[in-house]
Amino acid sequence: MQAKIINLTLNGKNIDVMVSPMTTLQVLLRENLGYTATKIGCRQGSCGSCTVLINGEPMMSCLLPVEDVAGQDVVTLEGLMVDGELHAIQETFFETFAIQCGYCTPGMIMVSKALLDKNPYPSREEVINALAGNYCRCTGYEPIIQAVIESAKRMNSVGN
Amino acid sequence: MSTETLNVVGKSKLRRDGLGHVTGKTIYVNDINFPDMLTLKMVRSPVPHANLKGIDFSEAEKVTGFVRALTYEDVPKNIYTILTLIGVGPDEEMVLAEDKVRYIGEPIAAIVAETEESAMEAVSRVRLDLEELPAVFDVEDALKPDAPILKDWGTNYFVYEGHHCRRVRFGDVEKGFQQAQFIIEDCYQTTPIEHAPSETTGCIAKPEADGRITVYTNTQALFFTLDNTAIILQVPFQKLHLVGGTVGGGFGGKVDVIVEPIATLAAMKTNRPVKYVFSRQEEMQASSSRGAWRMYFKDGVMKDGRIIARQITTYADSGAYNRHTPYAVTKHAANIAGPYRIPNVWIDAHCVYTNRQPGSAMRGFGVTPASFALEMQMDKIADQVGLDPWAIRFINAYQNGDMKPHRKIVEDATLIEVMQAAAEMVGHDLPEEYKSMSSWARKED
Repeated sequence: MQAKIINLTLNGKNIDVMVSPMTTLQVLLRENLGYTATKIGCRQGSCGSCTVLINGEPMMSCLLPVEDVAGQDVVTLEGLMVDGELHAIQETFFETFAIQCGYCTPGMIMVSKALLDKNPYPSREEVINALAGNYCRCTGYEPIIQAVIESAKRMNSVGN
Repeated sequence: MSTETLNVVGKSKLRRDGLGHVTGKTIYVNDINFPDMLTLKMVRSPVPHANLKGIDFSEAEKVTGFVRALTYEDVPKNIYTILTLIGVGPDEEMVLAEDKVRYIGEPIAAIVAETEESAMEAVSRVRLDLEELPAVFDVEDALKPDAPILKDWGTNYFVYEGHHCRRVRFGDVEKGFQQAQFIIEDCYQTTPIEHAPSETTGCIAKPEADGRITVYTNTQALFFTLDNTAIILQVPFQKLHLVGGTVGGGFGGKVDVIVEPIATLAAMKTNRPVKYVFSRQEEMQASSSRGAWRMYFKDGVMKDGRIIARQITTYADSGAYNRHTPYAVTKHAANIAGPYRIPNVWIDAHCVYTNRQPGSAMRGFGVTPASFALEMQMDKIADQVGLDPWAIRFINAYQNGDMKPHRKIVEDATLIEVMQAAAEMVGHDLPEEYKSMSSWARKED
């Protein structure tokens, strides 16, 4: 089967990419385009390390053919900073030590962003539910949950 | 000392690598790619125990993108050398299987191909001629006379200075059991545990213009990896340039030197960069795990709570090969009697081979299962003698100057102080006699 040209929006930029059929979004991002913040943990949709936002919804890019996101809005961790400034979630994860080896961090931040964009005042239960599809193997779940709750406070206090 | 004169202790410092982690700029080994890089995938044993009578690559070679296969004949010194470096023999694990396989997932042949897809396709087309042998999966079954034997030296146990196990003999346990008012026995066991790091084990070996090979790796033990790789490939150490970096979770699982030697060999044979990264399935099924342990305790105890005799027989499941388990068993034997003053101790700690994936390093390996079993047993003693679990530990706590069963004089005891602090933190009011105890000042016996 021949490669196809696919048009999509990546981190706010409209781009055309050429991919073979069934190329996953994870491979496109990491290998074709060099956006390596999106990680490889399991390649079977279990670990959440490869989570990106598709039209604001968290999705595991390892299971997603590029053809399925044609014309859609894709955001990776690389797209979170605005004018060189950390997003409040990034800042909070950094300042509250919600990171250890860092490998699950991109996925954790992306699901947190999806949650807080839709639900600015999540309960602890809602935070846990949002993070439930993402593995951390350094077992730092509690600091991550706390960081999301703190991120919500910081985002609400500046009015976004 | 005033803490105000310190600029780090007692202060919260932001992590140096933290900004990289939250922005995605931290580079892990699998984030690195080079032009013309090849992918290495491993042909692994589908059975737990077999004679390997032949390998047929003819169908694999037809796959578009196939570059070459590597077998044991390509490996200059086909011996896994990690224990050689810490002075423990014998060398008993092959880098690539020669005439036998002893666990599911054992590496047999490497396939190097242009893409990951073609490497996987070629691996699936390799035909193995295997003659299956009876397998054994339980440590005590492996020591029975009719057990299938895994090792060329004719037993399924590691030999410690001529003995079938690591032994500790201190005092006379039989005499202690005769004097004891309670005999308390139990068996404890732990299962194998996979580290399951978020980032799987992997490396890239890249030939340079000057003839050296640069190896980018997520190993936890960079110089260990350099030494082992050079020995296996029989090249001078300076031929290799090892580049470590951020490890996406290790927990001891990235100490074994597994991927680097064969990836480096493939780079030398093809003169191209080669990436060898475990799939999640390989990480779970073929990488080392924390080995399983089975631990039998028999304690002789007095009515006042004093343990006067302790007999322990334990079995470590090393899996099919040594890796770090013989060393772990020695650590285990030194620790399993516990931080307690017991006048009569007898320990037999066995390092046993079974047809399971090899066990190796993981967070206090050897000692962690010992602590689990030991403290379960202490609670059981407290229950049967009718004493408070805190009391049983204070009564038997070791102090500086005591002799440990393996003939080491205790110089760094802090058990009493740790228990006192723990009691305070959980709001448990200790009797005055325990509050006033110290690891340094012994009350008159």
